[in-house]
Amino acid sequence: MTKMKSVERSGRTVDEAVALALEALGVPSDRVTVEVLDEGKGGFLGIGARPATVRVTLKESRSERVEAFLGDVFEAMGVGVRMEIREDGEYIHVDITGQEAGILIGHHGQTLDALQYLTNLVAARSGRQGPRILLDVEGYRKRRTETLTNLARRLADRVVRTGERAVLEPMSAQERRVIHLALSDHPGVTTTSEGQDPFRRVVIYKKD
Amino acid sequence: MLQRLVEILVTGLVEHPDQVRITAVETPRAVTFEVRVADSDMGKVIGRRGRVAKAIRTVVKAAAVKDGRRVMVEFMS
Repeated sequence: MTKMKSVERSGRTVDEAVALALEALGVPSDRVTVEVLDEGKGGFLGIGARPATVRVTLKESRSERVEAFLGDVFEAMGVGVRMEIREDGEYIHVDITGQEAGILIGHHGQTLDALQYLTNLVAARSGRQGPRILLDVEGYRKRRTETLTNLARRLADRVVRTGERAVLEPMSAQERRVIHLALSDHPGVTTTSEGQDPFRRVVIYKKD
Repeated sequence: MLQRLVEILVTGLVEHPDQVRITAVETPRAVTFEVRVADSDMGKVIGRRGRVAKAIRTVVKAAAVKDGRRVMVEFMS
């Protein structure tokens, strides 16, 4: 499981103890949580004084937590894969590659979506909000986005030609978004999502 | 290995990982993992309309493909 690094330090005051602990960890104060173990006592002219003691624990970053969680998951699943994590300000991307990575995709990316959903929940457990986590296996999402974009354009052309609406198959929110985006600047059609999850689907209408 | 997977998924989600208990009930063709968590964590592992529970089952089933046995995950209160 996740390892936490923490140190205990004592000083004349709580602030001094914290400063010593931060020095020992070598990080700024926004990267840690502080627990006061003993507030200490000033005493009179140093008589009866007791030092203040604190425990300072290094916070795991969101991507460190994600990496540790997924590493544990893949090990338990018995799939030998590699993970590459990059942050671009908007998202944390986790690209997974390896010969056995295919079993992580599942039918229409079902397994990948489930794992991505759980990973986001686990990341949220570490407190505070942060960027969403996007998992991809062997470029599956990228290929699927291309496929969906092509499908959307083909169907939009047909809708314009025939005037009849096109109803797509049920998709996840993420995949529906790809369709809406692909047709957002299309001059001849509008798109909506209809129905309830997990059967929610995109419908393409001709613009009047 | 599958039991370990269930444990990792569940403990990652809950407030009280120390109270997670998983028992495997095995038959020749199927295995059922019975998951128990702190009462206050039940909502976290089931989720709205069972979405979290479903995601856990999906991942565990993917891992069980190699195994060839039917796998079920049940959340006991």
